[in-house]
Amino acid sequence: MVNFIIKNIAQRIVLLIFISIISHAIVHLAPGEPSLVDPSNPRMKAEDIQKIRAAFHLDEPIHIQYVFWLKDLFTGELKSFKDNQPVLGKIWDRFLNSLPLFILGTLITWFLAFPVGIQAALNRGSTFDKTGTFLSYAMISIPGFFLSYIVIIFMVKTFDVPVIGMRTFGLEDSSLLFQSMDRIWHLTIPALMSAIVGTAVLSRYVRSQMLEVINQDYIRTARAVGFSNDTVIYRHALRNALLPFITMFGLTIPGLIGGSVIFETIFAWPGMGRLGYEAILSRDFPVILTLNFISAILVLIGTFVSDILYAIVDPRIKF
Amino acid sequence: MNPPTAIIEADALPPQMGLFQERWEFFKRNRMAHASALFLMSLMILAILGKVLTSAVVVFDPKAVRLSEKFLPPLTPFTSEITPKEDRPAFGIYLLGTDELGRDVFARMLEGTSVSLTIGFVAVGISITVGVFFGGLAGYYGRKKLGFITVDTLIMRFVDIMLCFPTFFLILTVVALLPPSIYNIMIIIGLTSWMGTARFVRAEFLSLRELDFVTAAKSQAIPEWRIIFIHMTPNAMAPVLVSATIGVASAILTESALSFLGFGVQPPDATWGNILSDGKQFIFDAPWLTFIPGISILIVVLAFNLCGEGLREAFDPKLRKAR
Repeated sequence: MVNFIIKNIAQRIVLLIFISIISHAIVHLAPGEPSLVDPSNPRMKAEDIQKIRAAFHLDEPIHIQYVFWLKDLFTGELKSFKDNQPVLGKIWDRFLNSLPLFILGTLITWFLAFPVGIQAALNRGSTFDKTGTFLSYAMISIPGFFLSYIVIIFMVKTFDVPVIGMRTFGLEDSSLLFQSMDRIWHLTIPALMSAIVGTAVLSRYVRSQMLEVINQDYIRTARAVGFSNDTVIYRHALRNALLPFITMFGLTIPGLIGGSVIFETIFAWPGMGRLGYEAILSRDFPVILTLNFISAILVLIGTFVSDILYAIVDPRIKF
Repeated sequence: MNPPTAIIEADALPPQMGLFQERWEFFKRNRMAHASALFLMSLMILAILGKVLTSAVVVFDPKAVRLSEKFLPPLTPFTSEITPKEDRPAFGIYLLGTDELGRDVFARMLEGTSVSLTIGFVAVGISITVGVFFGGLAGYYGRKKLGFITVDTLIMRFVDIMLCFPTFFLILTVVALLPPSIYNIMIIIGLTSWMGTARFVRAEFLSLRELDFVTAAKSQAIPEWRIIFIHMTPNAMAPVLVSATIGVASAILTESALSFLGFGVQPPDATWGNILSDGKQFIFDAPWLTFIPGISILIVVLAFNLCGEGLREAFDPKLRKAR
């Protein structure tokens, strides 16, 4: 077990180094430079650009820049090109904002997808199953921002609730209850929107997984022994059907950054996805690179956790 | 040598139907998938027609600006006295209304059909080519050593690395850094989505390379690249076809998401994505500018997804039994 873990971690660290090299190369070799974002700005003189380039090591060869980036990242000295703030601090602030959105989104996904998927599998071919299947395809196929706009207009017109941003401006002096209610309203719709695709995909997986397990011999045996239907389904079938979802749980972690760009932009949510989007717009290389790096770390942690969990839960897997 | 072969061929019982014919029969039984496939075929014809019409016939000109005619709702007949006669919309009616510059939305949607579908197909074409190439190499040469590392390990670790990148964020980064062009978008979507194909193809090749026809081909000294790409690849195409169909759907969605963020295909070229993202500013005054492209994208992507799922069922005997 210990051997397995050590080997696994070592492999992942090697992967991580390659990822950082590739992403560094992609960002730096692509045309477009921070100094070119605003070429018409009269205050940017040639010598200013020179000064900026020197300060951020942009004149060094690319492998030296890579070393500088890694060194600055690990000493916490890495500064954003845009406002000269420490990158890690900036990302940490945005991470704290993204976290509630991500947690609520994941909760909605898992609490909706499992009952729907199980019901669909148990009543295969029923109206519920067919509608569910069709709806989940429709949810996968609709452009997320299109649906979000419709929902925003609908919610604001019917319920008169605020949906844009993290909080209503000017409520800082109101009572705690009022403030938290406000925060919850602001949180619900973005979380729901970002959960929709996940719910659709996951409920399809649950359905097919459940169908596979229900047709196994041990389920027939359990029925033959005379267990009640509920016992068979929830104790015997569900537990076996759940196994692959441990893997999926690990894989949802990277959704923290990549999956949220669109929704955080629509809902003006100051999270990590939007930080990335803003950084891309202003060619803020340190922020882009560090976000890429962090999300790669998140992917690797996610797959690592799911590998370990899988090995713990499923006794058939040996090291 | 010829006569004995003829006798054997006559003796053998020919299969009732070819493999693909049999699959097609099964595919047709899934009514939604069948309907989607027919719909997509007619859409492709429409796209080609649209390409020809919008570039050749002047009444379909999607770029004709008529400022006196802006924000007309769908099905408004053309009655303006100011607009010159040659800018008259097709059939004398604005079938889908006009946008903020008085351009005919119907003509723009027609132009966008071919652009959006081209993006989908070219991106998927790139991703399949790369995926089959790497997957085929990894599956066929799996155990060959290159120095201290096997070919299989090398390629599959590279696939793992590519899978670690947050795809949409990576696409966004590269598209934003490169000069905006429709080709860059196709290439980047293609180059960030081949990993699934590579894995399927590798898995298929691992079992295919043990089969007799590969041994037979090797014994005839057929060059290895021919064995890989001409003999083995067609046998591994079924899962690739399925993921390609679904890949087109997600490429169209990715393009519309990029357009929404302002990095998609640039005007004056029209795609469904940028008609939608331009129209969203006028959602209260001119809701058709949002809903027409939005619902078109929904329907087409849905058709691709349903079609892909139907193909998956038709090609996977395990799923066929379960239905």
